[in-house]
Amino acid sequence: MEQGSGFNTLLAPFSPPEWTAILLSLKVATIGAAASLPFGVAIAYLLARRSFPCKTLLNGLVHLPLVMPPVVTGWLLLLGFGRQGPFGRAFESCCGLVFSFRWTGAALAAAVMGFPLMVRAIRLSIEAVDARLEQAAQTLGAPAPMVFATITAPLALPGIVAGLILAFARAIGEFGATITFVANIPGETQTIATAIYSATQIPGGEAGAARLTIVAILIAFAALVAAEILAARVSREAMDQ
Amino acid sequence: MISIEARHRQGDFALEASIRAKGATLALCGPSGAGKTTLLNIVAGLSRPRDGRVEVNGAVLLDTSVGLDLPPRRRRVGYVFQELRLFPHLKVEANLLYGRRFAPEDGPSVDFDQAVDLLGLGPLLTRWPARLSGGEKQRVAIGRALLANPRILLMDEPLAALDDARRMEILSYIEKLRDVFAIPIVFVSHRLSEVERLASDIAVLDHGRVVETRSLQ
Repeated sequence: MEQGSGFNTLLAPFSPPEWTAILLSLKVATIGAAASLPFGVAIAYLLARRSFPCKTLLNGLVHLPLVMPPVVTGWLLLLGFGRQGPFGRAFESCCGLVFSFRWTGAALAAAVMGFPLMVRAIRLSIEAVDARLEQAAQTLGAPAPMVFATITAPLALPGIVAGLILAFARAIGEFGATITFVANIPGETQTIATAIYSATQIPGGEAGAARLTIVAILIAFAALVAAEILAARVSREAMDQ
Repeated sequence: MISIEARHRQGDFALEASIRAKGATLALCGPSGAGKTTLLNIVAGLSRPRDGRVEVNGAVLLDTSVGLDLPPRRRRVGYVFQELRLFPHLKVEANLLYGRRFAPEDGPSVDFDQAVDLLGLGPLLTRWPARLSGGEKQRVAIGRALLANPRILLMDEPLAALDDARRMEILSYIEKLRDVFAIPIVFVSHRLSEVERLASDIAVLDHGRVVETRSLQ
């Protein structure tokens, strides 16, 4: 390929399939991160503030997707949430929600893979909230859910948002678990990452792969910068008090 | 009437105290490490003694002999912590009102305007806690505890962090509280001079034991 034409195709507008992959990636990552947030906050709170048996086990389970090969996570999702899997069947019969080979499955894979990062960021920010303020709220009559809603959560908010952004960024980059669980179907489950993989598999696909790579870098970088700014705000506020 | 009995062990520290105050204002004195704050925490329910009983004007908050141990939020104690613990993300007015939504609707209620007036909090209502002086923070912390309609006020070294002028000012605010709202007060102090001016009963603690009790009435 000539250098000139390569550069031109790099600047060419996105083709409809590329747009589809970009928009699907954003949808999958946004919904995956947002849907896992309540679980992430609950588990981060348990790990930060409560002591209970098997706490180490829970902590380990949460972090497992971070250290396991993503293909293993994807395979386990297929076993559990595939149409024949116990959870997959339960979701399909109770609310008609199907995961396997659908974009919803890509969102689930994204949520699971981003979960350790989300829980970690939120847990740290909850641990940074002065527990004595929570005690003060208790002496003023607040029941535990109100203490969390009015004291802990607002003070940990920058960390909660940072956790959400990190999970989103991780979801944009998700590849292994997604392709194992929901394959690489254009228009349904093909995200930026799997579209780049497809592009590199066909002759002359390098320019398309490069364009999508730049998009992936831009989204991930913007998310990380946002998370970093929020983290800096948390530590600054901690020093103010 | 305030009655506190506690046997408590925390690492090397052993607390064994039995205090009965007939009057409405009990002062706990003694050197640091004597167990004064631990006693306040036991009254508030933030520390649980091995054995103990806490009663305030006929309401039993803790009685380990019958397995009674009200959680802090049900004890209705207004605790002014030594380090104040104002909520940094809420303005003064929201700090003051925090306990009000949880207070029982029946029963005596401390009037907001009256309390704000008495503690001189009017000009501070829209400010952030971080922007207040030491004496102002102290008054907001007292107001927040008072406005939760407590059955008792606990004050941990309410004057320790202040200079002499502020100390006299806060002292007179606490005197007004005692006289206007008629809420029993337990306060911790290591200075006998301020204790004698405020207290109806004094208990001196040392190494976790009551070494002297006095009634000034």
